[in-house]
Amino acid sequence: MAELRLAASRDDAAPEVSGAASAGPVSIAVRNVSKVFARDGQETVALDGVDLDIREGEFLAVVGPSGCGKSTLMRLIGGLDMPTRGEVTIGGAAITAPVTDLGIVFQKPVLLEWRTVLENVMFQIDMRGEKRRDHLDSARQLLAAVGLADFENRYPHELSGGMQQRASIARALIHEPPLLLMDEPFGALDALTREQMRLDLEELWLSTRKTVIFITHSIDEAVLLADRVVVMTPRPGRVDRILDIPLERPRGLEGRKTPEFLAAVDEITELFLANGTLHASRPVLNLLNKKEP
Amino acid sequence: MRKTMAWLKRSRHAFFAFAGLLIVWEAWVRIADVPVYLLPPPSMVAVDLFERWPRVLDHALVTGNEIVAGFLLAVVVSIPLAMIIAYSRPVERSLYPVIVFLQIVPKIAIAPLFIIWFGFGFTPKLLLVFLLSFFPIVVSGIAGFKSLDPDVMDLARSTGANGLKMFLRIRLPQALPQIFTGLKVGAALAATAAVVAEFVASDSGLGYLLLEYNSNLETPMVFAVIIVLSVLGLLVYYAVELIERLAIPWHVSNRATAEEARTT
Repeated sequence: MAELRLAASRDDAAPEVSGAASAGPVSIAVRNVSKVFARDGQETVALDGVDLDIREGEFLAVVGPSGCGKSTLMRLIGGLDMPTRGEVTIGGAAITAPVTDLGIVFQKPVLLEWRTVLENVMFQIDMRGEKRRDHLDSARQLLAAVGLADFENRYPHELSGGMQQRASIARALIHEPPLLLMDEPFGALDALTREQMRLDLEELWLSTRKTVIFITHSIDEAVLLADRVVVMTPRPGRVDRILDIPLERPRGLEGRKTPEFLAAVDEITELFLANGTLHASRPVLNLLNKKEP
Repeated sequence: MRKTMAWLKRSRHAFFAFAGLLIVWEAWVRIADVPVYLLPPPSMVAVDLFERWPRVLDHALVTGNEIVAGFLLAVVVSIPLAMIIAYSRPVERSLYPVIVFLQIVPKIAIAPLFIIWFGFGFTPKLLLVFLLSFFPIVVSGIAGFKSLDPDVMDLARSTGANGLKMFLRIRLPQALPQIFTGLKVGAALAATAAVVAEFVASDSGLGYLLLEYNSNLETPMVFAVIIVLSVLGLLVYYAVELIERLAIPWHVSNRATAEEARTT
């Protein structure tokens, strides 16, 4: 795995940053949004009365159990799906069609197998009908930034899972969108690659300051990356609480050792215990334990 | 040149096995004194084929024409049809069951009907080749155009691209591997279809020639015609495979051979 070193070094980024204070005005508003899926006459409530303001330039993580509607929430913000009730607005205007002013990273890399790494990044440009020659240089720079400089002519199947996901991040950034949607982007990676990707993403974010909505079910990841963490309840998904994470940036590898990190992880764990996502001890386990005298 | 050498090196086992088989055949026929009309020695088949080559070639060209024309007609009709069926629900609901039902009909049994309708000429052969190649291409084409990763479509929608772009840049390339699988099956069936159509009624073509030699008990020439027919079928098949390699070099089916060539 190639190492990622971005243009902005840690020293450049450090002074101007301090947690949530850097977040700007509200740019995306989720107003009393519910989403009901109907299938075979059965209705599933994925989201129930969700209210959320996303500020410009902030890193917002959404954490919750599987099936709590976090991905649905992301799809609604991207205009890929429409809410059953309520509305989502961007810059005050209600979303009625897929939002094009954004980049998306999915859990799978979703690379086209017939395009090389560079051409997969350029796919974004081709689909938007922009001039290729205006973007080729920045595509190469982006690939270098995500550690894929030597792999631009390789095909996706020749890359590891982590490298493929890096390419998909480059593809989400090439058109310089102000908003980045990430749906469990590191969910399919092994633990070490995941840690590296997390470090790299923080640096990337510090150098670009885009609005990021990051869906995850890792509490650690959410706390280490985000300015604010939205904690969701199990289905039907509601916003349980929104926590400010006042950790200094860059958080890097040291972030885990700070008392603020531990406190935030503790608080979220308590919330998941209270809303039924986590159980401290299951009755079944107690039974098993009692069997042995 | 290097590629050819590598290919020869890789196929040497098959080559020796084949040569061995011919030698055993030749020896056995001569030692056991098997009558020529039952099983001619391979050397006699080769000599006879060489001597009557011009005549065989004339008929091979007739059959080759039928195969290529019928197959191309099947390609031109079935791929757009697969597209329409894949993208239109009403068309799918009405046409697809009909296609599935027709596919079950033993198409070779229809050959005599074609003679009644279209006579003894080129047309009934063309249609039978078309009919046999058509179904595998349509069925695999539909499967190809339908198999789509929803995430890819979401990604495409987020770019604001129009339907034509989505088709040309995503759906079509995505469908190509499965389409080629259907094309290869169709190509393999095309030679069979042409010969069967010639069996039923014709005055030319390798199928006609085969029946003629068969009725005269000229067994060496029967073998010779079968060999020419096999080569003809193989040519069509490999032509499709060559186009496949050029069209979708990125696909798994082409990767394996590329890597194999690299390592040997």
